[in-house]
Parts: sequence; structure tokens; C-alpha cells
Amino acid sequence: MTSELETAAHPENLRRVAIEPVSRVEGHGKVTILLDDDNKVRQVRLHIVEFRGFERFIQGRPYWEVPVMVQRLCGICPVSHHLAASKALDMIVGAKLTPTAEKLRRLMHYGQILQSHALHFFHLASPDLLFGFGSDVAARNIVGVVAALPEVAKKGVLLRKYGQEVIRHTAGKRVHGTGSVPGGVNKALTIEERDLLLKDIYQMVAWSREAVAIIRGLFEQNLAEYNAFGRFDAHGMSLVAASGAMDLYHGGLRARTADGKTLFDHFDYSRYWDVVAEDVKPWSYMKFPFLKSLGADAGWYRVGPLTRVANCDFIPTPLAEHERKEFLAFDGGHPAGATLGYHWARMIELLHAAESIKDLLHDEDITGTDLMDQGKRADRGVGVIEAPRGTLIHHYRVNEDDQVIRANLIVSTTHNNQAMNEAIRQVAKQYLDGREVTEGLLNHIEVAIRCFDPCLSCATHALGQMPLEVELVEADGTVASRLSKHGDGSFQR
Amino acid sequence: MTLPLLVFGWGNPSRGDDALGPLFVERIEAGKLPGVECLTDFQLQVEHALDLHGRQRVLFVDASLEAAAPFVAARIAPAKDASFTTHAMTPQAVLQVYRDLEDEDPPPCWLLAIRGERFELGEAPGAEARQNLEAALAWAMQWLAMPAGGSDDRS
Repeated sequence: MTSELETAAHPENLRRVAIEPVSRVEGHGKVTILLDDDNKVRQVRLHIVEFRGFERFIQGRPYWEVPVMVQRLCGICPVSHHLAASKALDMIVGAKLTPTAEKLRRLMHYGQILQSHALHFFHLASPDLLFGFGSDVAARNIVGVVAALPEVAKKGVLLRKYGQEVIRHTAGKRVHGTGSVPGGVNKALTIEERDLLLKDIYQMVAWSREAVAIIRGLFEQNLAEYNAFGRFDAHGMSLVAASGAMDLYHGGLRARTADGKTLFDHFDYSRYWDVVAEDVKPWSYMKFPFLKSLGADAGWYRVGPLTRVANCDFIPTPLAEHERKEFLAFDGGHPAGATLGYHWARMIELLHAAESIKDLLHDEDITGTDLMDQGKRADRGVGVIEAPRGTLIHHYRVNEDDQVIRANLIVSTTHNNQAMNEAIRQVAKQYLDGREVTEGLLNHIEVAIRCFDPCLSCATHALGQMPLEVELVEADGTVASRLSKHGDGSFQR
Repeated sequence: MTLPLLVFGWGNPSRGDDALGPLFVERIEAGKLPGVECLTDFQLQVEHALDLHGRQRVLFVDASLEAAAPFVAARIAPAKDASFTTHAMTPQAVLQVYRDLEDEDPPPCWLLAIRGERFELGEAPGAEARQNLEAALAWAMQWLAMPAGGSDDRS
């Protein structure tokens, strides 16, 4: 399934368009598009221009520090790293989690899913969806959403806030939480905290249902465009429970081909390297994972909400399961294979997260105090979790002095590397071929990337960053035209 | 009960000088000053607009590559800028969200931008950045003692 647009035959003869950095995604991404003299797209690549060196950051540290310090790898989903590391280190300390510990971790995780998905849909993606991909850039932002649909914007903020409160009560703090530790958790949920969260959860479930209805309505209004936008066939991989249910916290790996054939199922993730390998390409710092049985060229795959909703046999909460069935049946199942289907699937998961939080808060174990376990020490541990953006793998080796001597992380966005490249190539072919490049057209490329909600970097930031610059470069290297986006959102040629 | 003064610093403690915001908050918090609440996060986002409710004054604190050393402090106003489209908003954009959601002006807010130089993962804050932090803390003591409605810009 490797696209013919990955590498052009004679790139030296082509014009180059660069979108750098990609906005409304986290970190530093760059898209380059090579056009020929007729403005036909000949090559499209999503580059990751920052090398992060995660593993070096972790190696040499005592293992018990790892669940806290890995949160600093990423300011967007620190809880996912916190929990994936904890799961890996559970293996190191030989722990079998107590029911309370596992449920508290699940509660924390669903809080993270809720706040992350709410932010992405209501504030990062909805401006494109509500106003159109090529609409006036001055209105295509959350301020425009607030002005047009103030109640929608407010619900997005409050859903996000609620998810953060779940994290605060389970992790101990709003950020840099220490709640999850190797072998369990170190903080119980008090009755008062549980009741505080229970007070608002029914409202969160109701608003999550409304969010599913919003994205469904947008599909109904724009069906042909949404189904076709950046569409491509892909294999998929996710965790599923032993029952086949969606399980975002724990399970075995399931991979299916684009035509629905199961490649492996309930595979023990502690030996993930038997089924997944990583390729490198000279033009990107980010690796390209692939399913080993299919090889590097044909084995790339998709992870995240779209794959998870389609890959599981059912969702174990009733409202989300109803919406999953509706999604898969809608228009003959076409949205479930569409790149924009990510948004619909993400809102089904938002609803599932809200329902799961409700159920956990009603579970007697959630306020238990039996929090820790420990068993036979091991020197290797693997933790896998379904983070908001997809499958997240943490793998550590620890020496007899309790130091981490090897670490390997495969983050969700890395799994989706090739899939994001495929999406932007499809969009470039659909919308850019033979046309002059405008901001609205370039935003179509960004819309495709944002479907994956990628997290390309970590929480580094400083005031004044995040410009957007596009250059058209002739074959001889001269800049033919330049499009710049300033800090106030205005554009200048 | 909502405390009248909020000090909100953000940044990643493990990315060199990006730690200046959280370190600033840590130092203010250690002083246990009456009427002052301290909050920190990796970056600013929409929900932080809700932290502004009921405050008399708010001080946002971040590391900055652009501010003159040792720091720049200035009153800020709501503004729609490009950060609305990212995972990391500016404080001015957070104020705009407050105004749009609440249909009222936010409380008086200042931005304290402390000069930083290096933001690499795994690095500790540099010596110059730490000196800038001390200067910013000294200024903040005056700001915290300021009567309601006062002004103390330094830029």
C-alpha cells in the first residue's frame, strides 16, 4: 500500500511547497509538497523535524522514578505515559494489581481520554468541521466557534475540566501526579472525592452523547466529501479485552488487514517485537512501524479511535455500544473507513470514557484501601495502553541495582506515521493537483493530519513560537512565493 | 474558597529553562503567603480560563526566548491570536476564552516572562536562567503586595 507519492522520480525538477510547522497539532511537523510545472503533485511527505531522544532521558534512572519522570516527555498526554510506564514496572516488581488499584488506574485513564478527546474535538477540530476546511481563516478557530455556538464551546471546556478533575483526584495533583506506582497506586479515592465526581458525571455523559450527535450530523450534511476526504485503506492494530471488548487500559493485541482478515489476536504484548518492527527513512526522524508478517512496505497500519472502534467486537458500555453499531452501519460502513471518521470514533470513545467513569464511581472497590502488591522481581517489563491517540508501548530493562539500562518507547503518533503520510497524499491529489496553492487549500492538508490528533513533540514551548510558513521553491532553489502566518493569525504573501 | 490572588506558572520541569515557570510557582508556594493560590501546568489550555473566576489579580509566569533579560512583566488583555489553534495557548488567548464564555472581562492579569535560553529535554535550568528567576521573584514580591487595582509593569 506504499503510495507512489512518497518519492518522486526526479525531485530536482519540481517545485517545493513546505508547510512548517503544522498548526493545531502538538510539536514541530513539516509538510513538503513537490509540484511540477503544471502544479501536479509529485511528492508529499510529513517530516518530523525534532529528534527527542526519549530513551536517553530515561536510561540510568532508578526504575521507581520512571512513572513520574516520563510524564515530562509529553505535556499533552502525561497520564498515558504515567500509566504505560507503571504497567511495565508492575512486571519488574512482579505485581498483580489489587482490584482497587486497577480500578483507580482505569479511572485516571478514562479521565485522560475524556479531557483529551474533548479538547481535540471541541477546540482543535470543530472550527474546520463547523465552518469548512477552506473557510475564512479569521473565523476558523475556537473564537469563531464560541461566537457561533457558545454552548458547544462551553461544554467542551467543562468536559475537559471534568476530565482534569478526575486526574487530579486519582493522581494526587493536576500535573506531575504520583498516583500510579510500580505495583499499584499510592493514593486512595476518598468518599468525598468520589461523591464530588459523581455530582457532575451524568451531565458529562449527556454532553458526550450530544458530541456524538454533532459529528454524526456533520457527516450527514457533508457525506460525500467526508467519506472521500483523504481516504485510504489501512491495516489496524489495537488492544482488545479477552472477551473481544474495547479495553483502553489493558488487553491483548489484535491486528486486522484492510479487508478484515485477522493477522493476530489476543497477542501477549510483552513480546510485541514478535509482531511489530520499526523501519527508518532518511527523510524523517520518526520511525515507521510495520506488522512483521507483512513486511516494511505493505505492513504499515493505523492506530487510535477509528481502529479501536472498528477492531473491537463490542464496547462494554451501553450508550457507546449503541453508537458504535450506528457508526459501523451508517452509509454502508463508509465513514468507518474514512479519515474524517476518526472524529466520529473519537466522540464514541468520549462517550465510552464518560460511561466508564460513571460505572467506576459506582463500584465499591473504587474507595478501597488495598492499593499495592509485589511479587517476584524481574529484569524486563513491557506496558501497553491505548492512549487517546492510539497504542502506546513502554519497554524497560532494569539491572540488579534497580537502574533502567534500556528503554524503548513506541508512541501512538509513531504507529500512525505512514498512515498520516498516506492521508496527506490523498488530500494533495484530491485538492491541490493543478491548482494554485492558497491558505485554504493548504489547510486541507492540515485537516487530514489533525484527524489523527498527532502529538509530534513534547511540552517545550516558549512565548512567540508557532508561526506557519509556506514556501514555493523552484527547481533551481529560488523562492517563487512565500505565505506566512503571523502570531495574530493574519496571513501575508 | 477562591483566594484573591492567583500565580499560574507553566512549563516542563525537565526541559532546561522551560522549568522557570514551575520553579517560580514552587518558590512562591513555599512562602505560604496569605490569599495567594499557586497553580502550575505543562502548558496553558482552555480550561484554565475557569481558574480565573473570582480573582482580584492574576500573575501568569512563563519562560521566554523573546523577553529581555532578566524578565519582562506587563499587564495583558484578552486577545485572539494564532495560539487558539494549538495545544498551547497564550495567556492573552486564555483571557479571551474567559471573556467569551463568561460574557464579562477577566480580572486584571499580568504576564511575567522570564528570559530563558535552552529548552532541551533532560537538561537542568542554566545559571543565567536561575539568576533571571531570582530577579523575577524579587519583582513578584512587590506585585503580590500591591493594592488591588495597582499597576507595576516592567518592560
